[in-house]
Amino acid sequence: MNRFDYVRPSTVAEAVQALGSDPAARFIAGGTNLIDLMKYDVERPGKLIDITRLPLDKIEERDGGLRIGALVTNAALAYDARIRERYPLLADAILAGASAQLRNAASTGGNLLQRTRCYYFYDTATPCNKREPGTGCSAIGGVDRIHAILGTSEHCIATHPSDMCVALAALEATVRVSGPQGDRAIPFAEFHRLPGDDPAKDTNLAPGEIIVSVDLPARGFAGHHTYLKLRDRLSYAFALVSVAAALELDGRTIRTARLALGGVAHKPWRNTDAEALLQGRPATRESFKAAADLVLREAKPQSTNGFKIELARRAIVRGLEQAAAGTPQSQSDKRIQ
Amino acid sequence: MLIDSGSPGGVGTIGITLTINGERRELQVAPWTTLLDLLRERLDLTGTKKGCDHGQCGACTVLVNGTRINSCLTLAVMKDGAEITTVEGLAGLAHREGTNSLHPIQEAFVEHDAFQCGYCTPGQLCSSVGMMNEGHAKTRDEIREAMSGNICRCGAYTNIVDAIEDVMQQGGAR
Ligand SMILES: Cc1cc2nc3c(=O)[nH]c(=O)nc-3n(C[C@H](O)[C@H](O)[C@H](O)COP(=O)(O)OP(=O)(O)OC[C@H]3O[C@@H](n4cnc5c(N)ncnc54)[C@H](O)[C@@H]3O)c2cc1C
Ligand code: SF4
Ligand code: FES
Ligand code: FES
Repeated sequence: MNRFDYVRPSTVAEAVQALGSDPAARFIAGGTNLIDLMKYDVERPGKLIDITRLPLDKIEERDGGLRIGALVTNAALAYDARIRERYPLLADAILAGASAQLRNAASTGGNLLQRTRCYYFYDTATPCNKREPGTGCSAIGGVDRIHAILGTSEHCIATHPSDMCVALAALEATVRVSGPQGDRAIPFAEFHRLPGDDPAKDTNLAPGEIIVSVDLPARGFAGHHTYLKLRDRLSYAFALVSVAAALELDGRTIRTARLALGGVAHKPWRNTDAEALLQGRPATRESFKAAADLVLREAKPQSTNGFKIELARRAIVRGLEQAAAGTPQSQSDKRIQ
Repeated sequence: MLIDSGSPGGVGTIGITLTINGERRELQVAPWTTLLDLLRERLDLTGTKKGCDHGQCGACTVLVNGTRINSCLTLAVMKDGAEITTVEGLAGLAHREGTNSLHPIQEAFVEHDAFQCGYCTPGQLCSSVGMMNEGHAKTRDEIREAMSGNICRCGAYTNIVDAIEDVMQQGGAR
């Protein structure tokens, strides 16, 4: 790890000021991603701004929804009684990720801003456009089993690794940020971005901005939802493919559908055309297959990750079936019903 | 209050206070020292193990204010003011009177043969206590999932879960 300065502000304004326009300064919250990357010299901050003492650790009622402070830990969020009751999809997605120890440390803001787990991004001896713009992408034509099948570019095929964010995308959360230019709110769909020709940029957070909260709207889809995560080992592993599915039903007819995928793209992948297709249709396997086909129509395999396309297709169908039946995937009994 | 390590580029150490296994300690630390390295390299508390140093194995699990975390992925300065419990302090947690006996989870690990080489064991023990403090896991499946952040290369998992279930049936840890 490199040497750095350390500051510990106690207000958001102090934190924003401490970051200033210094491109080598970083906020640190749980540290579970940043310290890992610092140990590999992928991150070499000149200054760490410890934001753990900022007053952003509350979950509050707001406009019928909930406002989640950026420092609420992943564990506190997943086990909060209001979240479990009104937004069980979010609780399940969080509990599908990482380990209990990591969730106890990891923060809401940090989870949104965690970097990709692409092997080459982590290995400073290899070219990587995300880590060092212009050097090339080692994953294209390399070991690409965990990489993206949707929304890739010729410059980067990395995936966003978060589980929590897949649920937040399906729930249409809003990210509230504060910066030198003042405060603004970013719809979740616009928070993360596709790699395009600038894969170094994971999100649309502007330089100097801090995440203050993540706001959940009132609709929580508590009746019909699931988070189905498929991975190489049943626990403590990142998703190869994951599905957040949420439905509102009138009898057996779909009134509203939400569908987001993890592990397949540079951002949580939500396809509103597929959601619209489901609307008004019966909640049957045929409908779900049609939606899955639509989501994956544009999917593009790399050299060894083509299996993800069929895996995603089946996961979407199964996830929507679980949601329709009101039998969400258990995050401890790993059998998939 | 804004705490600052010094002028930009200057490499200062920072004064922090930690209560480790019940003992209050004033320490000067470089900001890049992880909690794990502080415990092992500076304080000779080598019970806590370094397996991967990247959050992937759980060998470094300690309790911070009663909550289990990976000590390899946190900086010591960030824990200023906290109470830390390592495997060396578990017995003291259960028996504040200062008897020599073990923590119930340690006794149960011995009873159930819940280890072979023992390298993962301090992390497993601290993690078990943290898990019981959390109080969410009830069934065997839930215990397995809640303990999945602790890898055991020897594969002692079955007996580890037996040991934990045993202690939970006796009314849990403290
Ligand atoms: C072994 C391992 C397995 C894992 N498995 C999973 C998994 O299966 N699923 C999953 O979803 N995740 C997984 N994770 C990732 C984990 O969820 C993230 O590391 C964690 O959520 C990051 O949160 P943090 O608070 O620790 O972030 P930090 O490491 O503190 O920060 C991460 C980044 O966010 C920035 N940041 C933090 N807070 C703010 C803020 N409020 N405003 C602006 N910038 C901010 C920091 O500057 C830094 O760049 C795993 C991690 C490890 C180590
Ligand atoms: S996929 Fe993206 S992160 Fe991975 S090597 Fe290519 S450019 Fe880097
Ligand atoms: S040493 Fe910390 S998790 Fe492996
Ligand atoms: S007892 Fe050897 S690693 Fe667990």
